Amino acid sequence: MAEIGIADDCDVSGEAAAGRVAHEADGVAALHLLVENVHCANCIAKVERTLKALDGVVEARLNFSTRRLRVRWREGVSDAGTILRTLAAAGYPATPYDPAVLDAGSRAEEAELLRAMGVAGFAAANVMLLSVSVWAGLWSDDMGPATRDLLHWISALIVLPAVAWAGRPFFRSAAAALAAGRMNMDVPISLAILLSLAVSVLGTMQGAAHAWFDAAATLLFFLLVGRYLDRRARSRACSAAERLLLLRTATATVVDADGRRRTVPAEALREGLRVAVASGERIPADGEIVSGVTDIDTALVTGESEPTTASPGVRVFAGTVNLSAPVEMIVRGAGEATLLAEIVRLVEAAEQGKARYVRIADRAARLYAPLVHILAAATFIGWFAFAGAGWQEALLCAVAVLIITCPCALGLAVPAVQVVASGRLFAHGTLMKSADGLERLAAADTIVFDKTGTLTLGRPRLTNRAAIADVDLAAAARLALVSRHPLSRALVRAAGVDSLAPVAAADAREVPGCGVAAPLDGVDARLGRRDWCGVAGDADGAESELWLARDGMPPVRFVFTDTLRPDAAEIVGALIARGYAVELLSGDRSGIAGSVAAELGIATWRGAATPVDKAARLAELAADGRKVLMVGDGLNDAPALAAASVSISPAAAADISQTAADFVFQGDRLAPILSAIDIARAARRLVFQNFALAIAYNLVAVPFAMAGLVTPLIAALAMSSSSLLVTGNALRLRLHRPGHGERRGA
Amino acid sequence: MNALIFLIPGALLLGGFGLAAFLWSVRSGQFDDLDGEARRILVNDDAPLDGEKPAEC
Repeated sequence: MAEIGIADDCDVSGEAAAGRVAHEADGVAALHLLVENVHCANCIAKVERTLKALDGVVEARLNFSTRRLRVRWREGVSDAGTILRTLAAAGYPATPYDPAVLDAGSRAEEAELLRAMGVAGFAAANVMLLSVSVWAGLWSDDMGPATRDLLHWISALIVLPAVAWAGRPFFRSAAAALAAGRMNMDVPISLAILLSLAVSVLGTMQGAAHAWFDAAATLLFFLLVGRYLDRRARSRACSAAERLLLLRTATATVVDADGRRRTVPAEALREGLRVAVASGERIPADGEIVSGVTDIDTALVTGESEPTTASPGVRVFAGTVNLSAPVEMIVRGAGEATLLAEIVRLVEAAEQGKARYVRIADRAARLYAPLVHILAAATFIGWFAFAGAGWQEALLCAVAVLIITCPCALGLAVPAVQVVASGRLFAHGTLMKSADGLERLAAADTIVFDKTGTLTLGRPRLTNRAAIADVDLAAAARLALVSRHPLSRALVRAAGVDSLAPVAAADAREVPGCGVAAPLDGVDARLGRRDWCGVAGDADGAESELWLARDGMPPVRFVFTDTLRPDAAEIVGALIARGYAVELLSGDRSGIAGSVAAELGIATWRGAATPVDKAARLAELAADGRKVLMVGDGLNDAPALAAASVSISPAAAADISQTAADFVFQGDRLAPILSAIDIARAARRLVFQNFALAIAYNLVAVPFAMAGLVTPLIAALAMSSSSLLVTGNALRLRLHRPGHGERRGA
Repeated sequence: MNALIFLIPGALLLGGFGLAAFLWSVRSGQFDDLDGEARRILVNDDAPLDGEKPAEC
């Protein structure tokens, strides 16, 4: 039940899904869904079993890596709406998507790399078989030159087509870099592979004793493994969170002068248009209510958790949610003129002001690539001009240098660390959205928290549960099921959804700003504001409250507060203990912000901060040379999230904040923040260790290569052992246990 | 050395089978969800194979 807050936003009507259902032969329909809240094997089993238990469902298969679900069912027996509702009720809200749109680029690229890896692996294994024979023959001196040349020719026959096909990812990237006048790591890689093949073919023609076919194929295979891991880490980084955001394209229902309704994209709204907003929908533009009375949830915009009542004449803002009744509004500002657009501008400004972060591996490559070329060129010139060797022999030594310096530590070990790290983050309930976020997270030294929705849960909780009889709670919850008001939702959460029979919707009446009235077990019942329920006394207490009034029974009071996340104090304490400077920047009133700061032991805090104030404070910290980790959820935090060196937001945050953040964590606990920092630091340590290993290896091996002492056999041994060493070191991250014993927030 | 005439093509053929099997498994989606397959092995799924509805556990 912990994450029902996300389910609240989910469309379970099935209408939106209808357009995405694919109709197959034999009356079978198929639908692709993105599913939230899937964490473990039990979730896979539960989702699939729940759906298969439905009548008419023939197939339900969940892809755990991408959180995608494919359902097929017999038409007429079941439908999309039932499936979505069943999933939401089981705690797994799902969004339909069009596989053709999402599967376009990255998936094809991943499959291409995988196939290239298979082909390179095949070539490397088979050529190694032949090369070992050649080496054995050279060793024991009893292989005739004819046999050796035959084996070399067969090697060439295998490797040349395999490299031409499997090496394309590197050749393409190197060619693009050269065409743009830049230098990347793929240039020396391509050069090493192509030169070694050219030298080997030439040598084989002349009956040379050594050929580098095996080195070229093995090098390509190792590097493709690295490239594939890198690609997987990146695609996993953006899969769940990013794609969900892509799907939530906002639309609005415009009411024309003749009363006809049509759906348009929210960007197409213009000032003066009349827009209908159904209950539960987001308000698409700033404007003024012209008909209908409703409650508006402004939590994500202002941080205020109590909804406000809106009647004709009241201004409403884009991004807020219409809770209780359908209304119509006139657009008073659209697109660029809305509060939302203002925030988006601030986010963009912050992103432009932020220095482009260069990944550690790229920084290393910038130094490494020219150095490799210089060394190889120096070797060639040294042998050719000064040692008096022939050009072929000189080229052979230069090729040996290129092969020995192959950037396996960069190309294989860094992606391996990232894949393991993102897998571990995932297991702790955190999604990594940008591949370099991990490095920036490891470098952070200051942490700035938002209050509402970040340190607190951002939604009310029933606090006087103990004082309420079970039957009263159940009765109130049955009324509350009719309403989307946050207090009603909190009541339903407290009662537990499963056991409740809702009152018939037709009999229920929701009065915006007041509450819900409906007949309950034969008597009239009301759930809502104190005065509306006919209870005497002061309605404006400090706490949020609901009253349940039934004919002939004493009224019952329900009290709610926005509580701190269960482990907020513990995690903030742990962060301070680790030497992080922790600050609180809240949009809420100073008194409340101050008391939360005091409760958590945060010394530096500020209340009543506007989005501009927040971004300015972060710029100030950055100017002091601090690397700031911003943790926030609201629309008002988005500019600060973008301005920070690295940022995390909870999964229940506003869409724009999740887009601006580098990491998204799930669940009610803050523990994922601490474990993410731990994993990021461990990952950085391993990356540096791998660089140290690679440098040590090169310091030893390169002089030998330049001296012309490296044969293909030695190169093969050195390359394989160094690759295995750095990869094995990278995998140690799997064994790493974050200092905090917390697993995932349940 | 005449044995090589059979052995080398034989080795390539066997390797080729492996490669073909790999390419087939990529195409048929067996590499689409590596994390999921690793976890599915833990699922205690005793559902009968004849398509009967599995019992709720």
